[in-house]
This record gives sequence, C-alpha cells and structure tokens, in this order.
Amino acid sequence: MANSASSDAFVEFDRVQKSYDGEVLVVKDLNLQMPKGEFLTMLGPSGSGKTTCLMMLAGFETATHGEIRLDGREINNIPPHKRGIGMVFQNYALFPHMTIGENLSFPLEVRGLGKSEREAKIKRALDMVEMGAFINRRPAQLSGGQQQRIALSRALVFEPELVLMDEPLGALDKQLREKMQFEITHLAHNLGITTVYVTHDQTEALTMSDRVAVFDDGRIQQLAPPDELYEQPQNSFVAQFIGENNTLEGVVKEIKGGIALVQLDDGELIDCKPINVSQPGERTRVSIRPERVEFNKDRLKEGAHTLKAEVLEFIYMGDIFRTRLRVAGNDEFVVKTRNAPDQVRLKPGTQIEIGWLPEDCRALDA
Amino acid sequence: MTDSTANGEMLTTADGRPLKAALAKAEAHAKRRAFLLVLPLLAFILITFVAPIGQMLFKSVNNEGFTVHEDLGTGVRTPIMTNIAAWFDENPLGTDPGEDAYEALAKDLVVLRELKAPGQAGTRINYELSGSRSMFTKAARKAKKLKPPYKEAILDLDEDWGSPKLWQVMRGASSSFTSNFYLAAADRQRDENAKVVMVNENRQVYVKLFMRTLNLSLLITFLTFVLAYPIAHLLATLPLRHSNLLMILVLLPFWTSLLVRTTSWMVLLQSQGVVNDALVASGILGDENRLQMMYNRTGTVIAMTHILLPFMVLPLYSVMRPINPSYVRAARSLGATSWTAFRRIYFPQTVPGIGAGALLVFILSVGYYITPALVGGADGQLISNLIAFHMQKSLNWSLAAALAALLLGGILILYWLYDRLVGIDNLKLG
Repeated sequence: MANSASSDAFVEFDRVQKSYDGEVLVVKDLNLQMPKGEFLTMLGPSGSGKTTCLMMLAGFETATHGEIRLDGREINNIPPHKRGIGMVFQNYALFPHMTIGENLSFPLEVRGLGKSEREAKIKRALDMVEMGAFINRRPAQLSGGQQQRIALSRALVFEPELVLMDEPLGALDKQLREKMQFEITHLAHNLGITTVYVTHDQTEALTMSDRVAVFDDGRIQQLAPPDELYEQPQNSFVAQFIGENNTLEGVVKEIKGGIALVQLDDGELIDCKPINVSQPGERTRVSIRPERVEFNKDRLKEGAHTLKAEVLEFIYMGDIFRTRLRVAGNDEFVVKTRNAPDQVRLKPGTQIEIGWLPEDCRALDA
Repeated sequence: MTDSTANGEMLTTADGRPLKAALAKAEAHAKRRAFLLVLPLLAFILITFVAPIGQMLFKSVNNEGFTVHEDLGTGVRTPIMTNIAAWFDENPLGTDPGEDAYEALAKDLVVLRELKAPGQAGTRINYELSGSRSMFTKAARKAKKLKPPYKEAILDLDEDWGSPKLWQVMRGASSSFTSNFYLAAADRQRDENAKVVMVNENRQVYVKLFMRTLNLSLLITFLTFVLAYPIAHLLATLPLRHSNLLMILVLLPFWTSLLVRTTSWMVLLQSQGVVNDALVASGILGDENRLQMMYNRTGTVIAMTHILLPFMVLPLYSVMRPINPSYVRAARSLGATSWTAFRRIYFPQTVPGIGAGALLVFILSVGYYITPALVGGADGQLISNLIAFHMQKSLNWSLAAALAALLLGGILILYWLYDRLVGIDNLKLG
C-alpha cells in the first residue's frame, strides 16, 4: 500500500519504527510521503519523536525497523555525508574556529569544488540572506539572528534538494522569530527546495508550512494543511495542542443526520459534529474554538442550543478581548472577541447565554 | 559621558565632587576587603615560593665559601682570605704569584686555622679544582709554623700550590659573586687565563642531561597525548553517569601515593617481575632474554607516562565536554566524512586543551624527580636528580641553584615560545 505511493513521493517513511533501548518505541509505525517542493512541519511536544524522525532522515540515527526513501532510493544504510541533505541545527552549529566564509566554504571544499566556483557560490548564498558583508567575521561576532541566517545559507550553499531544520528559531526573541519565519518560507518556496521543519511552536508550524504533521506518543496524530488542522482537528490531542480550545465533557445521546446530540456532565444538551464518535452511549470530549463562541443571540441560528454561562474575568488584550466564563461546571471556558467599535465588554458576574454553530463544535475522543 | 569629556570638563557627581574620586571612595571598602581575603595566600606565596626562589637564584651567582666565615653557634661573620683577595686586587690576571702573594696566603691560612674554617675554603676551591680541599686543610694545620720565604715553605708542603690553575680559581673565588657555577652547569669552566672552555669530555654531564630531560619530557608529553585523547573523548561523549565512573578510574592514581605507584611499576617491570614472567611463561620470550624495562630510560618513560596521564586527560576532557555534538553532525550533513569532520571541525576545537595538557605534563616532567630516581637507573636520570644530588650529597648548593635556574629559564623560554606560537589565551585548563 505504501509502496504504491512511493513513485511520486520525494521523501518517504515506510512503516518506520525506532527504539533506543529495545524496550520503548520512540517512533511507532511512521508512514509519511512528501512530494517534491513541500514545506512540511513536524510539530509536537518534546519527547514525541519528531526530532528522532528528523535525525533518522539526516542519517544520525538508524531506523530500528522500516524503510526511509529519498527520491525513490532507500537511504537507511547511506552515511549522512552521502545523503546530500542540508541541515540547520537548533544552536546553528556554526564552526566557531572558522570565519563565515570558511563555514560556507566547508561543504564545497569537501565536495572538491574549485576556488572560483566556491567563491561564486558563497557569494550567492550570502547575498540570498543579505549577509554578504559579514564574510570575514567569526560566528561569535554575530547576533543570534545573523547566525541563524548564516546557518541557513550554509545549509543551502551546496544546493541540496532537501533541507532539514531542527527548531532553528528556538533561541531567537519573538520579533526576530516572526521575521525569520517569513524569510525561511519565502526562501524555501523561491528555491523550490523540499523542507522538513521540526518545531514545538504551533504558531510557527501554522504560519510556515504547506502541511503539518502533529506528533504525539511516537505517532503522527494528524497530517494536514494548517487551516484544516486548526479548524478540523481529528482528535482531542490535536484540538488541545493546536491553538486555544474549549473542552466540555459528556456522553453521546444520539447521532442523526450528521449531528450528534451530546449530554454534558451537568445535564445540558448540545448539538455537535461527530468526528471520533460512532454510537450513542460513548463518552466524548467536545471541542469549540474560543472565537467561534457567540453570546449575541441575534447572530445565532434559530433553534440553536444555548448554554448558561457566568462571566468570571474580562481581559483586555488590545486587538481582542478574552473573556473567561464558567460553562457547564468548566471554569476555564474562554471566549475571544474582536475589539470592534460595537463589541460588548462583559463585566465579571454577568449571567449570559452562549451558543455556536453545530459544525464548529466537534465531538472527539474522550 | 562623551558630551562632557568632549567639552574638556571633569565629570562630577551631583554634589560636585570629581566622579573618579567618588567612585574610588565608593569602592574602596570592597577593594580593601578583597585584598584582605587574598592576603594570606599572598603572604604564603611570598614566604614559601618567591623568597626561596629568589634566594636560590641569588645562591647561583653568590658563594661566600672563600670570603666569609659564619660561626654556626654565634652567627658571627668574619671575612676570610682578605690578604690574598687584596693581592688579587692589586695584581691583574696573569701576574706570577711572588713572595708577597705567598705571604698573604700564609697569613690567611693562619686565620683559617684559628676559625677552624680551612675545610670551608678548601671545599669552595674544590668545586672547580678537585683534590684541592685536602691541600687547604693540610696547609692550614701547619700554617703557624711557616717561616719566610713563604713561597718555598708553602711549595714544600705541596708543589701543587704553584699551579696557575689553582691561583686562577682562587682569584675567582675571592669575590663572592661569580658566574662560574653557571659555566659549570653548562659543562664549561675557566682555564688558567680565565678563558671559558669546555670541560673534559668525560666530565661533560649537564648539557647531555638537559637534552635528555628535554627529549624524555617531549616523548612523555606525546605519549600522554596519544593515550589521553581517546579516553577524554570517550569521557566527554558518554552519558554523565557512565563518564563519572570512568572519571574515577582516571583519577584513581591521584588517590594513591606517588611512591606506591612508582613501586608498583617496579614490581611489574623488573626482570623477575610480572610482565617479564608473563612473557616468559607464555613462551614469547626465552628465560635468558628477559626484557630490561627498568633502571633505564624505558622504565622512566613508562612510569612517568602513567603518572602524568591524568594531567593530560583532565584539560582535554574539560574542552571536549562542552563541544556540542551538533558541530560534527553539521559537518557530516554538509558532506564531510567522519575523518574530515574530526580533523577539520572537532580537533581544532580541542587545541586549547591539548595546549594546556601538553604544557602541564611537559613542565611537570621536566622537573620530575622521584620516579626517575626510583626506576630510572643511571640511564633514566633527569636533571632534577642531579640537582638533588648536589643539594644532598655533594652539598654544592650554588651549582644546584645554577642548574635549577637554567631549568627555570629554559621552561620560561619554552613558555614564551608557546605563547608566541599558540597563544596563551588559547589555554584552557578547566
């Protein structure tokens, strides 16, 4: 089954498993196909196996079981230096005893390129990240963001078709990180390189990727484009991990016409879209995004189920308001509203009624 | 700040005092306290290190054996050999000692006899002209009975008193300050015309020994480096709990007495020892050609390499531990084979540790004493064994001091060279 897809996949993990000690599987049955030119992000909490997958692809770890293919060729037994994969490390790993120029020259020297050819490529790679003026500096003389740029251009200077990035922006401050996210995506798309990006930062994953693979417990929990991942999480882990999420717990009463009727633990009934539930009586965790909750009755559909809620806290965040409510015994129920001229600012202690569209409310696994 | 200095005004505090003075006052207390904290160490170093070394350096150019007698009981210092010194002052080098010279010598011998000091003066001359100590003791015993003409009387006692070499040595010794001990330490001496010449070939020992010390130290440094590098790398890359256990094994020798370690090498290496027995028993060696691994250079090198190994491992470990494994990984991902990655990325980053370890081991081995003394035999002796010999046996402290000073100077030169070539900033001890 997996083999049939391998013809058009550039990078392919086929039933890959990895164990370090022979007792615990860090990666359990990983299957993944990437077309050429895709920007794929492996997202997950630490210990979820995402970095191990990247290291297996780079050749620094061997797969305990399964095959990893690059451009149709099995690469399990190819040493890292023959794989021709560019890599950007979390701490940049710029060689401290070499200048920037020497750092970039290194991959070209070991490939036996001539001096003039090397210089041309180094210049092009540095210009690409607008760092041409720094060719004679040492890594320690550069700021974090500049080092990051150099690490990127060093990984690209020998023109690899696949680039791996292991949390490359982890050490940067927020503003610089956002700028670099933008630059990296542009560069990757302009050069048409295939990129595997590992991060635990979900914003980074959502803003940069063509597709995101959410890892947990050694498995891919969901592999989807960012919008699909955010709006249609396939299980409660993904719903919780990506973005902010409100959870209500209950039991499925009935499923009819694509709508599940769920009785919450305090007895109230709501309509949901069934995702991971199939029959009445199952326990479920219902997930609603904070910005999809509505408390203005005029905007709700006729006959929509509503819940009573008490306002606990109102937080002014500038562009949005964040209101914490008590809903069905849950004190952490959050509603986000845009700071618009006609927007109501709820006062703590107010009793309100909230509702939502059934398709925004997803009944997931318990 | 730049504004006010540009105007040429002195910076002041809010109440108008100069800023520099205010800063000095504010920090005076902290500085005083810091100074008091280091004061005990400073005093300790001055008393136990700077003063003895200064005294040693002074001794190497100053010997009062032929100029001053100090009574050990009372501490009274009496100048001796004053008459002969006066004669040397009046008559330049090359003057044949006449009757006046012998008269001065006879008077001085009487003084020596009264002070019971002929041995001391004789010993001083004996350093440079062996066999002359007994001449002094014998002549002093009969000094009172000497009658003019003194020249004949003294030459009657021993005709060696007429030797121009002896007179040249006495001329040199009549001043407390002399460079002769440095000359001796470099296998050189002054002939009767005070020209610097090499000593007889069969008595040239010190230069040879300096060279041997240098060569063996370099060899030991190299061996410790070859042995320590892989161990340090292993220690640095293993998980901490394993590496701590191994580190204990590396440090274990430190917890055992140096003497015990050296003696255990004797047990292992001697011709009836464990290593030879094992080789004979396994049939590799015949019983008649047991290896001579001790009381020669081999023994010194083996035992010292073992003893100094931790001094190489520790600095190497301390630079290797913080080297992030991602450097080598990055090099590999950029297309380097593991050998290239090691040679061009890993190794250069460990150079400061190699420098520190090599310098440490080299300096320690250049001055090593106990191990070569025990396992070195005649062939494996180092310069410090000879220094000890002159301190303890021959009691020629000035020569010992000159040898030690040359050793110190040599090390300082090497240290300076190292600084020029590698740069002392690149040193990392831990």
